Amino acid sequence: MLKKKIKENIIETSLFLCAIFSIFITVSIVIVLSYESFGFFKKIPIIEFLTGTEWTPLFAEPKFGILPLVTGTLLITFIALLVALPVGLITAVYLSEYAPHKFRETVKPMLELLEAVPTVVYGYFALLFLTPILQKIIPDLAGFNALSPGIIIGIMIIPYVSSVSEDAMRAVPMHIREGSYAMGATKFQTAFKVIIPAAFSGIAAAFIMGISRAIGETMVVAIAAGMMPNFTANPFEPIQTLTAYIVQVSLGDVPHGTIEYQTIFAAGITLFFMTLILNIIGYWLKKRIRELY
Amino acid sequence: MEDIKKKIKENELKDHIFAIIGLMSTFVGLILLFVLFVDLFIDGAPRLSYKFLTSFPSRFPDEAGILSALVGTFLVMLVTAFAAIPLGVGAGIYLEEYARKNWLTNILEINISNLAGVPSIIYGLLALGLFVYFFRLGESILTGGLALALLILPIVIMSTREAIRAIPNSIREASYALGATKWQTVQWHILPYSIGGILTGIIIGLSRAIGETAPIITVGALTFIAFLPTSPFSSDFPFLSFKWLLDPFTVLPIQMFNWVSRPQKEFHLNAAAAGIILMVMTLIMNALAIYIRYRFRKKIKW
Repeated sequence: MLKKKIKENIIETSLFLCAIFSIFITVSIVIVLSYESFGFFKKIPIIEFLTGTEWTPLFAEPKFGILPLVTGTLLITFIALLVALPVGLITAVYLSEYAPHKFRETVKPMLELLEAVPTVVYGYFALLFLTPILQKIIPDLAGFNALSPGIIIGIMIIPYVSSVSEDAMRAVPMHIREGSYAMGATKFQTAFKVIIPAAFSGIAAAFIMGISRAIGETMVVAIAAGMMPNFTANPFEPIQTLTAYIVQVSLGDVPHGTIEYQTIFAAGITLFFMTLILNIIGYWLKKRIRELY
Repeated sequence: MEDIKKKIKENELKDHIFAIIGLMSTFVGLILLFVLFVDLFIDGAPRLSYKFLTSFPSRFPDEAGILSALVGTFLVMLVTAFAAIPLGVGAGIYLEEYARKNWLTNILEINISNLAGVPSIIYGLLALGLFVYFFRLGESILTGGLALALLILPIVIMSTREAIRAIPNSIREASYALGATKWQTVQWHILPYSIGGILTGIIIGLSRAIGETAPIITVGALTFIAFLPTSPFSSDFPFLSFKWLLDPFTVLPIQMFNWVSRPQKEFHLNAAAAGIILMVMTLIMNALAIYIRYRFRKKIKW
């Protein structure tokens, strides 16, 4: 009996350690990022970092203003959302309210394949397929630009936006739908005037988590957007995002402890906090819809 | 009366139009996926050959191959699987079967869902700071594999939990009623019934890891590797060697990234060929996951 109890306790403890390990990951992310950026901020004042509009850390006369990378990231995210939000939402409404059961069950796993394709393949596609086509429509478009990777990232995150919003819409109880139909409303009216408002916090969660995905996307921009820290809102020009900058520096051989090495952690911590805030808001919204119904 | 009829007609028309728009937007992504595959195939298929699979990278595009990248991908995945599966499944079992509802469990849940949303490149920076410089593991297969293991851990945990949650409580109660302990219940009932869902999650996680490029670049994997890691088998006792864990490496997506970033068109064709291999690998893994999920759902009826 006692032996059994000891065995049970050992197992429970080791399973507990597995679960606690996830906290250890988050803590080490924060420690590693802040430790290395601390070295950076000792040399560069944080005000200059946050308000400077020139980012040239690899030049002979380096300038460390993060704004070009932040605007680049936001520009890409904005373009991606212009694609992903409407298409994702319409897809979700269609799958949740219109499509027959069988159609939905076949199409959903196929849509998930969009997330399965390696991002480096999307990068190839943006640079060598989409950009040449866009250049025929927009002659001023540079070979490296924000538009093409932005569109591709938008399509990439469609299944993400649509599956989270669809779950939210399907969580709305049937009697609410039936009430609307009983009043003579069409499916279209029911979907947009009843279901979407009822599932609002879940749909907002989908949008916010989509934004977080787009901000963190790396390879598509690293390949197709041109690695140029440009302080611009023009989608036809080459730009650089926070993520792409980290890739650029990592590709070169940067010695440990130098300021160049520390810049990628400063960029990383900026990125981490941007996505952390979005993820927490998203988690909270998603939980709310679960409690609502 | 006429007015109302007109209004109804109008509304019905709107409804039909939306049904068409909805169908079209559902297919936007799938069409892109199809075009992408065709484009990749047209560019890359002529380069695919036995020689391409068995050659090292080279300065000459038509002599270059993906041997070191394939071997690297395989070995890195081995490390990833060994680290992520026990940790992820263990954490999932704990959270579903053992954890009490308290503040700690709450924090664990928020934390895991946040980790799932952390950009992959941040895991690369973590691995760079922690594994490469703090634990001094170097820019090795072990570092790369562990970085990817941390990255897919939330996927494995969440799918384990989902699979376990689907098991009705009556099963647990029946087992406890017969005097089984908690672990006996998990071992003989919970795990066998949820193994399908758990496997699906593991395969999806690994297929995600195979395609990941950013964290591996950050860790400092080399793009030009014209040799293989130390063989895991040796002729003297103990016949198994783990030296390969600390060898430098490259993986398939890095090789593809390297080729696509070069200006010469010939290298782009190589990139496409590597892309085909990569796509086929991930698609097969995903198809397998879907099949397993389907099989188990059919087999078990509560």
